[in-house]
Amino acid sequence: MSRSLPVLTVTAVLIALWYLAVIPMNATWEYDQARRAGTELPFTEMVARTMAQERPVLPAPHQVVIGLYQQTVGCDAVGRRMCRETTPLTVQGFGQRVVAAFTSNRSLVYHAGVTLSATMLGFLIGTGGGILLAIGIVYNRAMDASVMPWAIASQTIPIIALAPMIIVVLNSVGISGLVPKAIIAAYLSFFPVVVGMVKGLRSPDAMQMDQMKTWSATGAQVFARLRLPMSMPYLFASLKVGIAAALVGTIVGELPVQEGGLGVRLLSGSYYGQTIQIWAALFAAAILAAGLVGIVGLIERRVLARMGMKR
Amino acid sequence: MSDTAAALAETPAAARAGEGQPVIEARGLNLTFHTNDGPVHALKDVDLTIGKGEFVSFIGPSGCGKTTLLRAIADLEHPTGGSLTVNGMSPEAARKARAYGYVFQAAGLYPWRTIEGNVRLPLQIMGYSRAEQAERARKVLELVELSGFERKFPWQLSGGMQQRASIARALAFDADILLMDEPFGALDEIVRDRLNEELLKLWARTGKTIGFVTHSIPEAVYLSTKIVVMSPRPGRITDVIDSTLPAERPLEIRDTPEFIAIAHRVREGLRAGYEDS
Ligand SMILES: Nc1ncnc2c1ncn2[C@@H]1O[C@H](COP(=O)(O)OP(=O)(O)O)[C@@H](O)[C@H]1O
Ligand SMILES: [Mg+2]
Repeated sequence: MSRSLPVLTVTAVLIALWYLAVIPMNATWEYDQARRAGTELPFTEMVARTMAQERPVLPAPHQVVIGLYQQTVGCDAVGRRMCRETTPLTVQGFGQRVVAAFTSNRSLVYHAGVTLSATMLGFLIGTGGGILLAIGIVYNRAMDASVMPWAIASQTIPIIALAPMIIVVLNSVGISGLVPKAIIAAYLSFFPVVVGMVKGLRSPDAMQMDQMKTWSATGAQVFARLRLPMSMPYLFASLKVGIAAALVGTIVGELPVQEGGLGVRLLSGSYYGQTIQIWAALFAAAILAAGLVGIVGLIERRVLARMGMKR
Repeated sequence: MSDTAAALAETPAAARAGEGQPVIEARGLNLTFHTNDGPVHALKDVDLTIGKGEFVSFIGPSGCGKTTLLRAIADLEHPTGGSLTVNGMSPEAARKARAYGYVFQAAGLYPWRTIEGNVRLPLQIMGYSRAEQAERARKVLELVELSGFERKFPWQLSGGMQQRASIARALAFDADILLMDEPFGALDEIVRDRLNEELLKLWARTGKTIGFVTHSIPEAVYLSTKIVVMSPRPGRITDVIDSTLPAERPLEIRDTPEFIAIAHRVREGLRAGYEDS
């Protein structure tokens, strides 16, 4: 309670500011319409209308929420037949719609699923690669001197410029679908893992290393029994950044491919001026990101608590 | 199994067999660190013989090379001159033969391992069987009076108990030399007194050779059979005092004239080191 109260307050303030912003953003169009029709537009009427436009410059929060519902399990999303069969909506009917939403390419649930699968694959590749690179950097002098600058340089190239090239190149060697998107996701998510793991693997102090030496421990033993366990808090901090980065990478990777995913919904929304669709897709992505980061955080708490490293 | 029993045997007489035969020998030992501010003579012309079963304290002001000497014995630093042998071997060979257990100033227990897990760590590294690990952990934890705390995590224990666990860990693999670098330096005096008493008992029961760094005069006099007084710039030995105190040492011994006389000589040695440096 004591923790949720400030969060709720901030959320309420943000929503209020959002509503306030909606009025001036959408007012121009309403006044234009009124002038063309030659009618007078009283202020209260204008305010009410700015909240209910079909293609607002800035949709009102409730429009986004309704849009989110419509585009996940609403009639638009699950199809006319399913919609008719489950109206009026019962709990069971709702369940049927949710199931249908997973396979209907007009539902955000389906598109979120497409994005999620590429995100997870990319995250796994990025994390695995990041850990291996970090081990190389910590144990190999040449890699220590050479890899980091490249890793940093790789992150300075705008991914939006790089993504189409990666997709074209992979396509030309016959790789398409999930993998190119996952590779773009991995490209963004390996970096925080490298940085975090290098720091983590180097976190044992001189005394701890000396202690291992007094037991004549081998390099592999020092790694498994000291460096790796000590790097866990760093790894988890990196994984949280990395999984969010993987999601961003996937969405960017979806833009040029047009094979489904939240990125496609964002792009098609902007083609047709469907601002509510854009915002709904944005929120779906945000919810997905929050969920993924939350799951990593949960695993982190479990693992670190078991390791006696509770923070 | 049987060698564990022998090493931890509670028969001082048996353990002391061969007493006096040199375990650590330094001849003209020099160790210079090359720093950006020029060379630092951490040890200069150190001659020292430590016999089997002795309890030797190294005392002196900060920077006189106590830690460096202990680390050189442990093969954690490399002497730049002279000779140093441990059990008749080079320090490196002795380290690989598991000749010593080393207790650092900080307990250095792994927070993700239980107390028993921490004691098992060197045993795992050295490849003891699981059954042997369990048996040895049980024995040494009993020896340092930590039975019943096997499943606790380090942060659940007081500083003194953590340091006892780290001593248990250093004892677990039967090294016959125990090197301790200000192991009780961070503890308050009351806990320290108790641990000193327990350390003497442990020494009597196991017959280990102990090298103990401290900068407390009473601690050095109370514990040692031999007190090595050192002084800084360059780090060197200024006096070696053989204690005349009896083996049996209750805490009250610190008020006897004999104790006070030895403490006085140590203090004189420290002062002399200051004056001519
Ligand atoms: N790794 C090192 N590099 C450079 N100088 C060192 C190093 N270790 C110790 N010294 C120097 O050697 C001297 C002796 O240090 P040390 O053995 O730690 O003294 P003590 O333990 O008696 O306080 C000090 O002057 C210290 O600064
Ligand atoms: Mg020291």
